[in-house]
Amino acid sequence: MTGKLVLENLKNRPLRSLLSILLIGVPVTLILTLVGLTQGMLIDKQNGQRGVGADIIIRGSTVSSVISFSGASIPAGMVDKVQQQPHVKLAMGVINHPIELPLFITGMDEARFNQMSGGFTFDEGGPLAGPDDILVDRLYAAQRHVRLGQTLKLMNHDWRVVGVIEPGKMARLVVQMRTLQELDAATGKLGQIYVTVDQPSHLNLVVEELRGLLKNYPVNTMDDYTAMYNVNQIPAIKEFTVVVAAIGVVIGVAVVWLSMYMVVLQRTREIGILKALGASKAFILAIILIEATLLGVGGTILGIVFSYGAQWLIRTLVPASFQMAIVYAWWPRVAAITLAAAILGALYPGLSAARQDPIEALAYE
Amino acid sequence: MNNSAIIEIRELRKVYRIGQVDVPALRGVDLDVQPGEFLSIVGPSGSGKSTLFHIIGGLTPPTAGEVKVGGQDLAALSDAGRTRMRRRTVGFVFQKFNLLPNLTARDNIAVAHYIAGLGTHPDAEFDEVLRLLGIASRLDHKPNALSGGEQQRVAIARAIVNRPAILLADEPTGNLDSENSNAVLEVLRDLNRRLGQTVLMITHNPEAAAFGHSTVHMRDGRIIDRTNTTS
Repeated sequence: MTGKLVLENLKNRPLRSLLSILLIGVPVTLILTLVGLTQGMLIDKQNGQRGVGADIIIRGSTVSSVISFSGASIPAGMVDKVQQQPHVKLAMGVINHPIELPLFITGMDEARFNQMSGGFTFDEGGPLAGPDDILVDRLYAAQRHVRLGQTLKLMNHDWRVVGVIEPGKMARLVVQMRTLQELDAATGKLGQIYVTVDQPSHLNLVVEELRGLLKNYPVNTMDDYTAMYNVNQIPAIKEFTVVVAAIGVVIGVAVVWLSMYMVVLQRTREIGILKALGASKAFILAIILIEATLLGVGGTILGIVFSYGAQWLIRTLVPASFQMAIVYAWWPRVAAITLAAAILGALYPGLSAARQDPIEALAYE
Repeated sequence: MNNSAIIEIRELRKVYRIGQVDVPALRGVDLDVQPGEFLSIVGPSGSGKSTLFHIIGGLTPPTAGEVKVGGQDLAALSDAGRTRMRRRTVGFVFQKFNLLPNLTARDNIAVAHYIAGLGTHPDAEFDEVLRLLGIASRLDHKPNALSGGEQQRVAIARAIVNRPAILLADEPTGNLDSENSNAVLEVLRDLNRRLGQTVLMITHNPEAAAFGHSTVHMRDGRIIDRTNTTS
């Protein structure tokens, strides 16, 4: 009967109920979108690095965080030095230049890259032939409406699009290394070196050798390096997520508070009737809390549905710049946050309803 | 005290505090009501009828005096105690019907049964009462689909579903036309005669008051007269 009372109340004020659910759902979507973007972009970067096919990565001495790249701080001659080490099958240097973050242009020796990774898969066009040629991946081409053969102005330089490649191998934008070094005034310098070994069993041995040889340069196996792509390694992202979640709680509490306060006002007479029938304070409070909980559940479900909408929008509008994952692990967390906010928001209106004087409530017009 | 009375009231006083002013609503009321009695209470506005009704119904505590309903001393009951008392000892019928607008007639009756801890389904014998009230075929309608008379009969069904010792009716015909008023009053008299239901009814209408066994006249917070009805 309690459930029926609550459901009938929700059904009889459909606009208020839907508006409350919508307003609760928005912060849920915000939280899930932020978490999804963080995860999605990490997974995308991880996949891009794994797509290189390397066993080891050597980064520049000026690198500032565990997963970032440095500027061009590695002398190009180091590639040959690494190549000469025992059990090293292939070493390949690359250089990166940030354009509009989080996008990079990567300069590479395409022949070595092909040897290491098996090469790009071309949707259209073919490999780099000249110094001003550029390859763009399918996502960048879609986001920027780039076509094969067109001129692309990046870094104040005109590039000719010679190929559209499948995403997932190192970079979205690829040019010849020498051109990028010249544009960056970094001739003879590299951002990182990728290494493959002759046998998997020699991997740790080679890593140790390289660490001994290149004391100031972080040397990691690719497995270790890509495993570091997690939320805890991104400065301030956890705190940012907590702030967004806290904003979600505040909005949730405020929405439910206002909504349930209105409910209690609108139903003053009904509360008086229930009290005249002998309903206890706990019964009245339970009705309000259950109704708020249902609004919270509705808001959570709507927020989850909206997060799929946000993912679709991001995929449609900015597929190259941002990737959003649906992080199922956050569904129960966000539900707990929302329900806690809903119950907190309903507590004061619920208690004031429970404390109402039945005679005054029955006289309420 | 009359030991057989279902309601025993002695020197009952009630003072409401409005702002900084004490307003006496009852100034020493004595009243006995026997089980199975149908008592009408009449008097002008402000005479204390509703306050008396609210105290007997456990909606508000007395300021002074003694009030025993079904043997329970209401002055000694806490707020929670009066809440429990309202579940089974008294049933209310209001002038404005006071049905829950979102629930069907059936659910309005069931909610009183549920709050009393008796489950949601009244026993089969209650179907006979519903037929007596003439609402058996209207139970699946919400209040806004019922006439005033039907709504008041649903309210009566709700008030007696838990077999309360006393039915308190506050101007039950105040919002009804004469035809529906008569129907509701007949129902109250029928319940009293057939089921022995004790009924206290507040009314302004002398014709309605005549349906009771006796009539209590109130003025300025006191009972000034009690007469037996000659019908």
